Amino acid sequence: MIKVSHISKIYKIGTLETLALSDVSFEIKKGEFVAIMGPSGSGKSTLMHILGALDLPSSGTYILDGENVSDLSQDELADIRNRKIGFIFQAFNLLPRTTTLQNVMLPMVYAKIPKEERVKKATKYLEMVGLSHRLNHLSNQLSGGQQQRVAIARGLVMNPAILLADEPTGNIASSQAEEIMGIFQHLNKEEHTIIMITHELDIANHAHRIISLKDGKISGDKKNSRPTKAKFIINREGDQ
Amino acid sequence: MEILEILKECISTLTVNKMRTGLAILGIIIGIGSVITLISLGQGSQKAIEDQIQALGANLLTVIPGGQNTGNVRGAVGSATTLTLNDAKAIQTTDQITTITSVSPEYSGRNQATAGRNNTNTQITGVYPEYQEIHKVIMTTGTFISQRDVDGITRVAVLGPSVAATLFGDRESAIGQNIRVKGQTLQVIGITQSKGGSGFNNPDDAIYIPLSTALKVIFGADHLTSIAIEAKNKEVMTDAQNQIGYFLLSRHKLSDPTEADFSIFSQNDILNTASSVTGTFTTLLGGIAAISLLVGGIGIMNIMLVTVTERTREVGLRKALGAQKKVIITQFLIESIILTLTGGIMGMMLGIGVSYLLSHFMSVPFTISTVSIFLAIGVSAVIGIVFGLYPANKASNLQPIEALRYE
Repeated sequence: MIKVSHISKIYKIGTLETLALSDVSFEIKKGEFVAIMGPSGSGKSTLMHILGALDLPSSGTYILDGENVSDLSQDELADIRNRKIGFIFQAFNLLPRTTTLQNVMLPMVYAKIPKEERVKKATKYLEMVGLSHRLNHLSNQLSGGQQQRVAIARGLVMNPAILLADEPTGNIASSQAEEIMGIFQHLNKEEHTIIMITHELDIANHAHRIISLKDGKISGDKKNSRPTKAKFIINREGDQ
Repeated sequence: MEILEILKECISTLTVNKMRTGLAILGIIIGIGSVITLISLGQGSQKAIEDQIQALGANLLTVIPGGQNTGNVRGAVGSATTLTLNDAKAIQTTDQITTITSVSPEYSGRNQATAGRNNTNTQITGVYPEYQEIHKVIMTTGTFISQRDVDGITRVAVLGPSVAATLFGDRESAIGQNIRVKGQTLQVIGITQSKGGSGFNNPDDAIYIPLSTALKVIFGADHLTSIAIEAKNKEVMTDAQNQIGYFLLSRHKLSDPTEADFSIFSQNDILNTASSVTGTFTTLLGGIAAISLLVGGIGIMNIMLVTVTERTREVGLRKALGAQKKVIITQFLIESIILTLTGGIMGMMLGIGVSYLLSHFMSVPFTISTVSIFLAIGVSAVIGIVFGLYPANKASNLQPIEALRYE
């Protein structure tokens, strides 16, 4: 599904070169739930940008779902992001003053999917994350946990190869964080591939595999044989 | 992304910050509004001037004496005494000139006219009855100078409305009263209708008397100051001008046209000069207004740049979710075109309204050309594209990572 080989990323600021990633290689198979861990400055954000086709590596190859993503134009990258990657950001990044439904439909708009199908799919995924009663609410009227659930629905609507979550629980209360993990584990059971970037060990422990980064290199890659179980309960009314 | 959806989204983003959107649009409203108003006013005054000149008599040719040569010194045009009543009569009767309908010999001089304690310095014109037809003189009350007045050298006068007002206060009471010019008493037999002229040859500020009275009684002259001739129609104006010219040359026994002791000019010459003056004026006004339009356009660009900066995160997100460059460019361009088109249409309505009011108060005919309407809409759309392109391009070139990180 994902094959990263010998990826390096060098940032140049003036004459100063910073090695953010150095010779990173790993593979992630379909249906895995992987956490990428590391302290700040370890290169995990850089790795997430490359995995998310938001940025290109300086060297090495990245193959996502059979497509080489190492050397594409901006517009081709946009297409890859649209079709193959579902993003979940720390700050949710929903369009403000826009309804829940429209937010979830946005990636399908760029994929030129007809309107009826868009509404049908968006409604289906919003139902899945327990927000069918909030379809026409504006995104800024929702709580942090609800917003992140909208973002998850938006990440899923294009049926992407991977769901890429960048500190998905960083901005929400811990009770709601548990809910998000519940949804991730539920999705993972349904064969969705999830890559989650986090610096919190107890969040990372919900994944089945933990890749650790340190100073731009992989410092550990281990199976988590006993992941923390989060309940897949969606509290429809309790969260405000 | 369907155009209708982009449109809806753009309108909803623009309505979020109503004050700012309104101010940006205001710049375009003022720009387009002033262009339309000033062009309309310019065209209105052009039409007004043309109408006024036409009202003084269409198809009109005027012969005036040329400058008088005293030795080598050439006198001012019109000062010569070479044009006589016999010239006028000959022009009227000759069969060499086929393109004219009537001839009006005239003698004008400025003089003081008094009535009781009132007096005014005005243009006193000795005329034939043909004057009325050629110069389109319409009477308010009384009658114009008749052939019998001319033949009988009667002491009568027809007053222009301004003169009547100055000398008698109200116009009705002037009929039958006497005025005095150069010690001679003239009886008022008519008042003409106002033509709304102004300046030196104002037909409202004039006294008309029989030509014979003017020459023999008042001024003691034996020449004419001008002969007005009406051509049959507009098309034969040049022919008539030539025929009269050659006829007068031979009558005055001159062989070389450069030695002519008279000049002939047509109403068209005056009309063309006036039109070109007002045309230049309109262009100038339009140009000044266009500057305000340019300023309005820069205002739009400014607002769009602010919008792009403000929405950096949004653009980043859209790109992360798969929006391609052209989608972002289209979105921002359409926003800016909506701004300028709205401003353009509102400015057009404002401009039409203001020029209607102004034309009303300035008694200038109200003219709005369809060209200026299409121009307003076209120009505002173009301004939207031109001044929106840079901000839109800037937005589309934002890197999704940088944009997402932007706080």
